[in-house]
Amino acid sequence: MSLAADRASERSSERPAGAGRDLRLAALTKEFATFTAVRSLDLEIPAGTFFALLGPSGCGKTTTLRMVAGLERPTSGTIHLGDDEITYEKPYRRPVNTVFQSYALFPHLDIHENVAFGLRRRKVKDVDRQVQEMLALVELEGQARKRPPQLSGGQQQRVALARALINRPEVLLLDEPLGALDLKLRRSMQLEIKRIQTEVGLTFVHVTHDQEEAMTMADTIAVMNGGVIEQLGSPAELYENPRTTFVANFLGQSNLIAGTISSAEGDLVRVDMHGTQVSIPADRAHVHSGAGWVGIRPEKVLIAPAGEPIDAPGNHMSGGVITDVSFVGVSTQYLVRMPWGQELMAFEQNTGRRAVLDSGTPVDVSWRPEFAFLLPATQDVNAGVVEES
Amino acid sequence: MRRGRLTGYWLMLPAALWLGLFFVIPFYSLLATSLYDPEGSVLTGYDVSYRFANFVDALEQFWEPLVRSLWYAAVATAICLVLGYVLAYAIAFKAGRWRTLLLVLVIAPFFTSFLVRTLSWKLILADDGFVVETLQFLHLLGEDGRLLATPVAVIAGLVYNFLPFMVLPLYASLEKIDGRLIEAAGDLYASPSRGFLKVTLPLSKPGVVAGTLLTFIPAAGDYINAALLGSPNQRMLGNVIQNLFTTTGDYAVAGALSVTLMAIIVAMVMVYIRTAGTEELV
Repeated sequence: MSLAADRASERSSERPAGAGRDLRLAALTKEFATFTAVRSLDLEIPAGTFFALLGPSGCGKTTTLRMVAGLERPTSGTIHLGDDEITYEKPYRRPVNTVFQSYALFPHLDIHENVAFGLRRRKVKDVDRQVQEMLALVELEGQARKRPPQLSGGQQQRVALARALINRPEVLLLDEPLGALDLKLRRSMQLEIKRIQTEVGLTFVHVTHDQEEAMTMADTIAVMNGGVIEQLGSPAELYENPRTTFVANFLGQSNLIAGTISSAEGDLVRVDMHGTQVSIPADRAHVHSGAGWVGIRPEKVLIAPAGEPIDAPGNHMSGGVITDVSFVGVSTQYLVRMPWGQELMAFEQNTGRRAVLDSGTPVDVSWRPEFAFLLPATQDVNAGVVEES
Repeated sequence: MRRGRLTGYWLMLPAALWLGLFFVIPFYSLLATSLYDPEGSVLTGYDVSYRFANFVDALEQFWEPLVRSLWYAAVATAICLVLGYVLAYAIAFKAGRWRTLLLVLVIAPFFTSFLVRTLSWKLILADDGFVVETLQFLHLLGEDGRLLATPVAVIAGLVYNFLPFMVLPLYASLEKIDGRLIEAAGDLYASPSRGFLKVTLPLSKPGVVAGTLLTFIPAAGDYINAALLGSPNQRMLGNVIQNLFTTTGDYAVAGALSVTLMAIIVAMVMVYIRTAGTEELV
């Protein structure tokens, strides 16, 4: 009992910002009757970071979040906060708060009382002042006496954030918090939440299926698929050097071209790609013999009308034909059919340096070797491909 | 625009006709009856004499059954609320796949008549029935103690007969509560009991208000339970009115009592709804 009381006082609002503890998940598993949602997950989230769990629906990211919140009981494995194990701790005893997907604001309470809910349950003093400060932080001072249904989606979202944040949890969980907002509002809320996180310095764990959202907001992203983490790293690391075809396709788009490794010496791996020799830095090659997928991001692919020079030394191929041109304002997206039949994507900034090329134009294709990556051929080339909606 | 306004009135016509036929006319007739000249009889006919003293006579003679009616109805409603809330909560949140079956069972008593069901309680609670004998064996009831012809039997009958009217609206409002709100309460440091008091209970308030009204109003006017399970000592206002109308033929006092009961209930309901403040809830 006294331990619980100690812990309760620890998470009182007087605790200085940034004094949270690391969140550690070890071999965490959740099995439901018919499927395994999370498979032996190991994860360490340092205190004070903005961490994103990114993956398609059904990948286990929300189940993981709910286990950390205490809303779902793990089948096996442990959850630690610093040195304390909280695996089976009741949700109302954890210094963890959640911003729910649909906000779950209490419709019978006004905004002020919604935000005050957690403080009142813990019998904290000075509730009204703290609520006012928190409403100021999310810029909703004027709405305190309204009820949730009277607010817009974006305002409700900020109330949900304030209601969780006011408790100064050691870990704040965000379950697809922006999913219900329209695109423009979502963009501004992404920056807003990021600003608040920097300001309060708490650990945020953000669950989303929107790769752009994860990249905009998070310091570290864990890409989840089928109940396991595919790859973990900073947004730039994941984007520039994906380790699996799933990450390559799910995070942005990738051209994946079949090839056979011909040699691996020093810091270069050479690959025979439909007759063209391309080289890939060893630290970007995630397979060192046999067959592989050569990956290159579409914006790294340079094209020029056949015979004209391309200013990229390295992997150069000719014989391509433009089959599709989409002008999207800031850039033009080309599809180029290569001699072996595959269509490669090439995105070009509309700098005005050259006119947009027409469909049917024969082109040469090139990219700098340091941008390419090499993935094992055993992986599904279509894994993680996002259907354009 | 003009045509639109007229269309509105035309569309209201069926409802207005309905209300006129089944509420205004009977209510006017009842009101007229309550102001009859009490000297009238079936043979001589009745005059509407606007004799408001009928109300004074009625209350002087029958204030006791009136108070008893309201008291029994209040006790029965309170018991129904407790039993009904537990039942509705269990069906809404804990029943899983048995939910539909349990709801059907709640409604099942309606398949037989109100009168038959109450008569069967007369058998169950009879002096030589197993309930009384068991209670006597356990010394919860004296040697010649009985249940029939006591307030217990009448209130038990009321509870039994009106429980479904409590359960159904309670179930409807509990079932609508978003489970994530209860999760959110837990996430925000509310223990299950605090979460119930601060979230579930306030959100089920429309069901509580509807259920208590649907139970209290018919229970206050009921006479079958008192007639079959009680004695003249448990006489409720409904019994008095029935007796005055059908046996004594004292239409004026019977009408006055009916109007009085109606007025009291309407007043109580208005105060109740205002205090409960349900209009704030969606």
